[in-house]
Amino acid sequence: MEATDLSAVERTRAGDTAAFRVLVERYGRSVFRLAFRMTGNEFDADDVVQETFLRAFKQLDSYESRSSFSTWLYRIAANYSLDLIRSRKRHASRRVTESSDEEDILDSVKATDPGQDRIYYSAQVKERLDAALKLLSDQERTAFLLRHFEGQSIEQIGAVLDLGVSATKNSIFRAVRKIREALEPVVSSYEAAP
Amino acid sequence: MKQHLEEEDLILHFYGETGTAAEPHLSDCSICRDRYQSLQRVLNCVDAPPVPHRDAGYEEAVWTRLAPKLGQRSRWFQPSWFNPRKLAPAALAAVLLIGAFFAGKYSPRSEPVPAATAQAVPGVRERVLLVAVGDHLQRSKMLLIEIANADPNTPLLFADGRETAQDLVYANRLFRQTAANTGDTRVISLLDDLERVLLEMAHGPDELDNRDLENLRERIKAEGLIFKIRVAGSRLAQEETLCSVGLLVFAALPRFVLSLTRSRNPRHSSLSTDLSLRPRLALT
Repeated sequence: MEATDLSAVERTRAGDTAAFRVLVERYGRSVFRLAFRMTGNEFDADDVVQETFLRAFKQLDSYESRSSFSTWLYRIAANYSLDLIRSRKRHASRRVTESSDEEDILDSVKATDPGQDRIYYSAQVKERLDAALKLLSDQERTAFLLRHFEGQSIEQIGAVLDLGVSATKNSIFRAVRKIREALEPVVSSYEAAP
Repeated sequence: MKQHLEEEDLILHFYGETGTAAEPHLSDCSICRDRYQSLQRVLNCVDAPPVPHRDAGYEEAVWTRLAPKLGQRSRWFQPSWFNPRKLAPAALAAVLLIGAFFAGKYSPRSEPVPAATAQAVPGVRERVLLVAVGDHLQRSKMLLIEIANADPNTPLLFADGRETAQDLVYANRLFRQTAANTGDTRVISLLDDLERVLLEMAHGPDELDNRDLENLRERIKAEGLIFKIRVAGSRLAQEETLCSVGLLVFAALPRFVLSLTRSRNPRHSSLSTDLSLRPRLALT
């Protein structure tokens, strides 16, 4: 598979633009998934896909075949997603404030049966998780999403974020700690309930 | 005395990064086992949000949008500019250029073409670009003014505005790329500032409440965007005027060359008479 990526890269470098299509077809969806996980927005994710392949095409000469093409591509996608997230930081912080308001509404809901109780619990978990994810640094958030949702290894995440193994692990540890702090009270109280 | 596992070890174990190394300890040590189960309970709650479905033609669609940009990555002219609004100035420039071309075509070949004729061609391109950027800034300014003037006490239906903002983000990136190629740092800086605000609009809700409006207004105000666009607009208009003058000179040049030739070489007089109308076409 990697050999085919390489041959497509080489053909593209040699001027065969159509060869790049193989790479778009092979990785379009996975870049979209990664971008969606990172940005949480469908429109942004589509934007990231376009921009990632455009940047990859332009920077193809800087790609070294020592790392896999997919890792190199994900790095471009992750960096562009982070740029987008940063440009919307103000918007994001406003949403965190909004979620605190919604928390009050949730607190006022009384669970009267087990089904409702479960829905209430799930909503609270989601609420707190969203808020906690927004409090993570870009690096922590990306490392956590790639590890927890995408199942990538520490080495792969390090390659995408351009970090060493130790720094990657620390990012994940910090992210898990913060998420745990946010979720533990909800999880504990749900499990302690009769 | 038993050494307990660190939280980091438990996290790595949860993600399968340590293989089975921690298992013997976890089966022996109830304290670590409880801590691990507590971690598991929390992390197992963190479900991946579903990724929106993309249909079978997704890759094809991505490629279709991408391919034209790949083919012309080093050129300033992009196919996405082909919309009626942007074609008008391009068509005007094309008419000028074609008129000038035909006028030049019938001018005497024996005379050397002045170097200024060839140098004027980039001026056409420059002018088209200036007109297009000016038009883009004008459209962006209208959208910003709509936000700035909206009633803060009434929610603003912004579905159309959001769509416009999405188009503008796309155009903005093309112009920014072009400006980067030409090294116009003032335009680059303005387009960067503009993109941040346009992105917020493009990603915002269909209906803007007072908080959304306030947030956008703050951004527009903080960046001083409307003022910057006005300043840039007038600067571009001045540059465009200079370019236009250059173009007129360029278009008139064949006539001038012709008149010189005619005064020197009377045998071209019949052709000159025939051509007397053509440069006018180019000049209108």
